[in-house]
Amino acid sequence: MKLPVTGSQTVGPFYHYALDRPEWSDLTRHGARGEKIRIEGRILDGERKPCIDAFLEVWQANAAGRYAHPEDRQNKKPDPKFIGFGRVFTDAKGRYAFTTVRPGPVPGRGNAMQAPHIAVNLFGRGLLKHLATRIYFPDCAEANEADPVLGLIDDPKQRATLVAQPAKPTRLGRAILPTFRFDVILQGEGETAFLEI
Amino acid sequence: MSGRDPIPYAPEQPGAQPPNDYPAYKSTINRHPLRAPIRVPHTLTEVTGPSFTRRWHGKNLADLTLQHKGEPLGERIVIAGRVLDEDGRPVPDTLVELWQANAAGRYAHERDRHDAPLDRNFTGFGQVVTDKQGGWRFVSIKPGHYPWRNTHNAWRAQHLHFSIFGPAFATRIVTQMYFPGDPLLATDPIYHSIPDATARERLVAAYDPTLSEPEWALGFRWDIVLRGRAATPAEG
Repeated sequence: MKLPVTGSQTVGPFYHYALDRPEWSDLTRHGARGEKIRIEGRILDGERKPCIDAFLEVWQANAAGRYAHPEDRQNKKPDPKFIGFGRVFTDAKGRYAFTTVRPGPVPGRGNAMQAPHIAVNLFGRGLLKHLATRIYFPDCAEANEADPVLGLIDDPKQRATLVAQPAKPTRLGRAILPTFRFDVILQGEGETAFLEI
Repeated sequence: MSGRDPIPYAPEQPGAQPPNDYPAYKSTINRHPLRAPIRVPHTLTEVTGPSFTRRWHGKNLADLTLQHKGEPLGERIVIAGRVLDEDGRPVPDTLVELWQANAAGRYAHERDRHDAPLDRNFTGFGQVVTDKQGGWRFVSIKPGHYPWRNTHNAWRAQHLHFSIFGPAFATRIVTQMYFPGDPLLATDPIYHSIPDATARERLVAAYDPTLSEPEWALGFRWDIVLRGRAATPAEG
């Protein structure tokens, strides 16, 4: 007999003082290997108003394409300085940003290879259950074309919502980071493709 | 199909999860997606997730009444339970975060405008990592009811917010725990967003005198169940 899975409930509007860990927005903070990049964007509702009470959690493989998890038994180099997880809040304009390393490709099901991507869970007021999506990279067109998850989305416009856009590089101290823009539109025209995982 | 494919997590049970399109909770109206989600067969991406054994997330904060100089006001409570999967297996070493309003029904949040007193001795945030049996325990104070602007004269049932990770990105859940006997449970739209009554009632903790501390705090028990595997993973 299976036990019933606990139901989800919204995070509500008042979680910041508890869940905000500013350091979690920099996945490279322990000294990860790989190409350091920045991802930024906005979260917008059905009226294109910024969602000021939402947050993203991201999960990704390291630069070699390996997850910091016991079920990843690939013969690839682990990176003990990369956890692969981040949490980032939106500001008063609905904007978020995080710093990470570009993930390597990871296997899909069967013999398929997945294009480099970052998994996203999105939480907020008004979301009774969090929404899942993925961030892909615009400069990996060939790999994106062959990606089995992007391939599940028939409508090319909807598929394109999962591919980040190139943005103005970010100056961070002395470093200049390649930057990608990934906006999330919760509802209506241009609605982001959400995934049932 | 390759023999190395990860074993997927079981699909959602019907009625156990709330729909995002749920107009009784007004904030959903402009925020729920209109298109159906794309169903993704699980890959390594979905069956892996952050691990908390290396304590990068910070120290345990299991007693929310000891975070300031003085004692918070309110009814002291002990809340404890286990994190299990659908097959009843304990989920050890996973992060459980808890946040809540104070005894007067006010969050220590700058945007909470409810005209109820803040308590300088209460922040309302705790976190623990589950033990080998999936067990967790917090000491806190019972949160107050508070009004919200969902409809005229609407008040939320007393609740604690919980965030639980589990072993994979696919097991992540954020939810709320309620208290038995609260009359507001009859009408609270967030609570009622879970369609199946049995699943809904699982969000209500049980009064448990074995968890109460004599002359000190009242005990409540609440178990959290995460998705399990669609098939039993091979041993080893």
